[in-house]
Amino acid sequence: MSDVLGIVRSRWFSPALAAAAILALILVPLGIDPLSNTMDFMIYAVAYVIFALGLNIVVGFAGLLDLGYVAFYAIGAYSAGWFASDHFAAINGGKGVHIGVDTAQLPEAAGIHVNFLILIVVAAIVASIAGAIIGLPTLRLRGDYIAIVTLAFGEIAFTIANNGSDIKIGDYTLTEGQTAISPIDQPKLPGFDPFNTALSLRGYFYLGLAMAVIVLLVNLALRESRLGRAWVAIREDEVAAVSMGVPLVRTKLLSYAIGAALGGSAGAYLGSYTNSINANQFKFSFSIFVLAMVILGGLGSIWGSVIGAVILTYIDRKFIPGTLDNIDIQGKLGLDFSFNDLSFGIFGFLLVIMMVLRPQGLFPERRRKLELTEGLGTDESVYEARA
Amino acid sequence: MDAAREYAGQYGLIVVLALLPAYYLIKDIAGGKSLVSLGNVFVAGISNGAIWALIALGYTLVYGIIELINFAHGDVFMIGSFVSLGLMGTFGLTTSTGAGGLVFGLLAILVIAMLVTALLNVMIERVGYRPLRGAPKLAPLITAVGFSFILQDVGQLWLGGNPSSVPDLIRGGQDVFNIGGVAFERQDALALIVTVPLVILLTTFIGRSRLGKAMRATAQDPEAARLMGINVDTTIALTFLLGGLLAGAAGLVYALYQTQVWFFQGFRAGLIAFTAAVMGGIGNLRGAVLGGFIIGIIQQLSDSRIGGDWTPVIVFAYLILIMVFKPSGLFGEETREAG
Repeated sequence: MSDVLGIVRSRWFSPALAAAAILALILVPLGIDPLSNTMDFMIYAVAYVIFALGLNIVVGFAGLLDLGYVAFYAIGAYSAGWFASDHFAAINGGKGVHIGVDTAQLPEAAGIHVNFLILIVVAAIVASIAGAIIGLPTLRLRGDYIAIVTLAFGEIAFTIANNGSDIKIGDYTLTEGQTAISPIDQPKLPGFDPFNTALSLRGYFYLGLAMAVIVLLVNLALRESRLGRAWVAIREDEVAAVSMGVPLVRTKLLSYAIGAALGGSAGAYLGSYTNSINANQFKFSFSIFVLAMVILGGLGSIWGSVIGAVILTYIDRKFIPGTLDNIDIQGKLGLDFSFNDLSFGIFGFLLVIMMVLRPQGLFPERRRKLELTEGLGTDESVYEARA
Repeated sequence: MDAAREYAGQYGLIVVLALLPAYYLIKDIAGGKSLVSLGNVFVAGISNGAIWALIALGYTLVYGIIELINFAHGDVFMIGSFVSLGLMGTFGLTTSTGAGGLVFGLLAILVIAMLVTALLNVMIERVGYRPLRGAPKLAPLITAVGFSFILQDVGQLWLGGNPSSVPDLIRGGQDVFNIGGVAFERQDALALIVTVPLVILLTTFIGRSRLGKAMRATAQDPEAARLMGINVDTTIALTFLLGGLLAGAAGLVYALYQTQVWFFQGFRAGLIAFTAAVMGGIGNLRGAVLGGFIIGIIQQLSDSRIGGDWTPVIVFAYLILIMVFKPSGLFGEETREAG
C-alpha cells in the first residue's frame, strides 16, 4: 500500500498520468465509428474543457463570479460565422475574400473565408477585448454585484444576437437572430488532410484535443506564475493584496481578458463544429452550465475543471438524452415529459447539492479547501467571513 | 470642481433616469403629436411598476439582512403566478362568475398564493442558504442560481414550455375612468389596490412591531443583535417569509394583468425588479418601491417606443450604469458591498 502511495506522490506521477491519458485520447477515436454519437460527445467535451478552464481563471483563480461567460462563446462563434461562411455574400463583388484557405475547389466562394488558425486568434483577441470592457465597470465592485453586472452583459449579448437581424452593417445584418448563419467552413489544417472528410469527425476531435492540451498547459503555467499568485492574492483578500503591491486593475482585467480569450477560441471551435450559429445557443443557461462544471470539479482546481467539464458534458449529451430517456421512468409513472427539458433543473440541483454538501468540489485545490472548511459551521467565524 | 462632482453625485442619477421620458416628451411636443399615447404609457408604467415594486421589496429585504442577492426570488414570483392560475381552475372562476364570487375567489387565491410562495421562500432559505452562513459569499449566491433553475424546470413541467393564457377575470381592459383619452383601466386599478396596502402594511410592520425591530437590528449588526437576545435565524427566516408573501401577491397581479403566465417570466421579472431595488438603494424599502415605479415607466416607454425586443438591453444598461456610477442608488447609504 505504501508503495502505491509512494508512486502516486512522486513528482513524475502526474505528468506520466497526463501523458498516458492524452495518448489514450489519441488512440480511442481510431477504434470507434468516426461518425458516432460518442465522437460527437468527445468533441463537445474538449470544447467544454476549454470553456471551463477559461471560466476557472476568472471565477476560480481571481474569485470574480462571472455569470455572463456566454458572451464570449457568442463572440467566438459569431467570429466563425462572419469570417468563415458566406454571410457577407456580396463582398469583393461576390467573389469572396480568402485568406490562407485552400481555394483549389471553390476559387470564388462568396463571403469571407479565413484559415481556422487565424480565426481562433481573431476570436480570442476580440473576446479578450470584450472581456476587458466587461471587466472595467466591475473593478470597483465586489462579490455578488460583479455577478449581476456580468450577467447583465451576458443578457445584453444574447439580446443583440437575438435581434441582430435588425442591425445592419452596410448591406449585411449583424447576426441572423433565430435563424442560423450556416454553413461554417470546416477547419482545414496542414497535416490534417486524412481526417478532413465529411465522413469522419476525427479531424474535429484531434483539433479540439490539441487546443485543449495547449490551454491546459497554459493554465498550469499561469497558476504558478507571478500573475497566478496575484489572482489568488486578490481572491483571498483584496485589501491585503493591494497593500502588498499587487496592481489591482491590471490583475483583474488580465483575468477577465484571458478567461474571455479562451472562451472566444472555444466558441470559434464549437461554432465551426455545430456548423450553424443562432441566437438560441447563447442563453444565460450556458453560463450556468459552464459554472456548474467549474464548481463540480472544485473552484480554482485545474484538473477539477477538466473532469467537471467531461462529467457534465457526458450527462448533458449522453446520459440524459440516451440513458435516462431510454429507461423511460416518466412513461412508467404515467407522466409526459422529456428529461431533455429537465437538464437545467438537474444542473441547478447539482449546484445546490455541491454547495451545501461539498463546496470545495470533487477535486479541490488545496488552498481553496482550507479556506472553505475553516470555520464552516462554527458560529464565531460566521460574520467575519462576510465582512 | 469638487462642487460639480458633489452635484453630479447627488443629482446625476435623477438626471439620467429622467433622460428617456424627457426625450420622448420633447419629441412628441415638438412633433405636434398629442400627449395621450405618452400618458397611457405612463399609466401602464405605473401599474407594471407596482408589480416590480412588490418583487423588488423581496430582493431588498433579503439583501438588507444577509447581503445575498436571492437569485431565486424572481422564480418564486413565477410560482406565485402558476399557483394563482391553478387555483382559478380549482375554484371554478371564469369570466362569467358574478362580482361577489369573483372578489371573494380572488381574495382567497391571493391569500393562498402568498402563503405558498412564502413557505417556498422560507424552505429555500432553510435548505440552500442557512447551511452556508459561514461560507464565502459566493456559495449561497451559487445555490440561489441553482434554485432558480430548479424552479424554472418545475414551472416548465407544470405548464409546459410555452406561455399559458389566464382567463381575463377582471376584464382588465375596461376603463375605470378616462381623462381625455388617457385611460385608467381595471387592471391598473388592481395593481395599485393590491400593492399599496401591502407596502403600507409591510413598512408599518418593519417600522413599528417588535419583530420588525428585530429585523432592523439584525440587518444593522447580526452579532450584536444575537447578543441582545434576538434569534437571528428566526429573524432571517421571517424576512424570507415576508419577501415570499409579496412575491405571491405580485404573481397573482401579474397573471391577471398580462393574462398569460410563462415559466420564464420569473427570470426577466427578477432582473427588472433587482434593477429597481438597486436603483432605489438596495436595503431601502422606500427606494425599492420608487425604483419599481421608475423602472416600470422606463420599461413601458422602451416597449412602446424602442421595441419590446430591446427592452432588456435598456433595463440592463441602466442597471450597469447605476452599479458603476452610483451603487448606493437613490436613497441608499454606501453599502459595505459597494464601498
